[in-house]
Amino acid sequence: MTTGTRAVADELQEILLNHEKDRTQLLPILVDINKYFGHIDSNAIIEVSRYTGVPIGEIHGVITFYSFLGQKKRGRFVIRLCRTISCDIAGKDQIVRVLEKELGIHFGETTDDGVFSLEYTNCIGMCDNPPAMLINDKVYGGLTPERVVDILDSFKLSEYQDMFGYGGVE
Amino acid sequence: MKNEKKKILFGEFVTGAGLARALEMGAGKVVDEVKASKLRGRGGAGFPTGLKWELTAKQESDEKFVICNADEGEPGTFKDRLLLMEQPEKILEGMAIAGFAIGAARGFVYLRGEYIYLRKILEDAIVSMTERNFLGKNIQDSDFSFDVEIFLGAGAYVCGEEFALISSMNGYRGEPRNKPPYPSEVGFRDKPTVVNNVETLCYVPYIVTKGSEWFKEHGTQASTGTKLFSVSGDVKHPGVYELELGITVNQLLTEVSGEGAKSVQVGGASGLNVAEKDFDKPICFEGLPPGGSIIVFNHKRDMLHVLKNFMEFFVEESCGQCTPCREGNYRLLEGVKMLEKGECSVRYLKELEALCDVMKDSAKCGLGQTSPNAFLSIVENFKTEILYR
Ligand SMILES: Cc1cc2nc3c(=O)[nH]c(=O)nc-3n(C[C@H](O)[C@H](O)[C@H](O)COP(=O)(O)O)c2cc1C
Ligand code: SF4
Ligand code: FES
Repeated sequence: MTTGTRAVADELQEILLNHEKDRTQLLPILVDINKYFGHIDSNAIIEVSRYTGVPIGEIHGVITFYSFLGQKKRGRFVIRLCRTISCDIAGKDQIVRVLEKELGIHFGETTDDGVFSLEYTNCIGMCDNPPAMLINDKVYGGLTPERVVDILDSFKLSEYQDMFGYGGVE
Repeated sequence: MKNEKKKILFGEFVTGAGLARALEMGAGKVVDEVKASKLRGRGGAGFPTGLKWELTAKQESDEKFVICNADEGEPGTFKDRLLLMEQPEKILEGMAIAGFAIGAARGFVYLRGEYIYLRKILEDAIVSMTERNFLGKNIQDSDFSFDVEIFLGAGAYVCGEEFALISSMNGYRGEPRNKPPYPSEVGFRDKPTVVNNVETLCYVPYIVTKGSEWFKEHGTQASTGTKLFSVSGDVKHPGVYELELGITVNQLLTEVSGEGAKSVQVGGASGLNVAEKDFDKPICFEGLPPGGSIIVFNHKRDMLHVLKNFMEFFVEESCGQCTPCREGNYRLLEGVKMLEKGECSVRYLKELEALCDVMKDSAKCGLGQTSPNAFLSIVENFKTEILYR
């Protein structure tokens, strides 16, 4: 979905209007757009530039700086598995295999239906309960293969499709 | 909290008592008391908090800011998560006292994007504190007003560095810059700004109510107070422990049931790897780095694998602005991969150690200056284990 279509453009404007026209609002704006649309496309960048007065090139620079922001569409649910040492020595590799098998994709990929993306992340501050991962805004620690499967099942689309802005099955 | 001995932060606390006392004392006296306590920053660098406040208080400006650094990203650190979760009011009160001391009317919590699930807790605490007039306009009928907002990060370890954090808030790439000027002069919106770690701010209400002398009863002469330690890895009871600064690695291991350790990473990836022979050394500003991250490794662990994990972290998180850090960490990781294959000669290892010294001296920020520590200390401690395998 591009942010160029009319309904989407309205939603984009609404996000912009929630923020002051000020450079210090650039990151909060980008975070909101990224969360709502799953990415920040070139049309959105133009609109953000228009609104904040920050040059397009600099907005690109800011987006590429942060691992949570992206210009490429991610899945509706982004799974970020911690690969830092305390999770690593607590069995992270096994969790990698479960996730890849269950979703049929590798890390760095998104499922064909656009529902799940698999990514690595660095320490997420859950080292006392490893291995740990984030799925969108939620954190899960003490992962075991069974627990991972249960968690994935709980993310059945039907229950969650309204929770995120660009909802509905595509 | 794992240890039952409640020392400071997890002891008794009445919201607002510190703030009320501060308002009675007046801004100057608050700064003096914090200075006298010799409280030093708990975010890693250990700068004296009172001095930082004094420098910022002195600045003439129509606007000043207080920023609570909740970007906690050092591998193995999660004590701020616990404070944010369980003690958000104490953090906000510490911020308000800082604001009163330096003459700021606005504060921000820079919350790492990974901790977005804590935002609601903080928001609720802000609302509740405002309702009770511990935040907001004319706090407790004084002429001091102070509001707090949350600023969300988006996944970048280096944004925990204070200059990077401020750039990020100002709408630029979160890159560190050369100093001076310091944030106390040019910070958020180019105005004088105090940046303090979550934990640092939490000690403040106690210091103003119980006094600097009481605070100094804890810790050592140069490292006063207690410290939250985030303990993980091969221990029976991982978790957050509040312990005296100056505790030795051995004492700490006993406290957390981590006996029989092969080595302990003290201070996170950018800290030091400590082997058994040095377990009697103290953790404090004049000793082993007191960042608070404690990762314990047992005798089954392959230390080269550990080192590789740390170097991958730094290669990934380097902002790439300066060559010693961008290229240096990459070369060190390459060296680790050569070691893995048994292809790194003693001579080349010496070259890499020399490269580490260059990085320490010439990298622009703490990331590049401290990332060689893991390499140097693990190589030093486990040379026979990792060479020619
Ligand atoms: C790469 C890097 C990452 C840092 N990350 C953090 C962090 O996550 N939290 C923090 O409080 N300080 C962090 N710091 C230290 C800050 O630059 C700054 O010294 C600190 O926030 C000041 O607060 P304090 O004096 O209360 O410790 C980091 C420094 C560097 C070089
Ligand atoms: S030392 Fe590394 S992280 Fe710091 S400014 Fe240089 S490249 Fe960026
Ligand atoms: S190492 Fe995985 S959460 Fe810290």
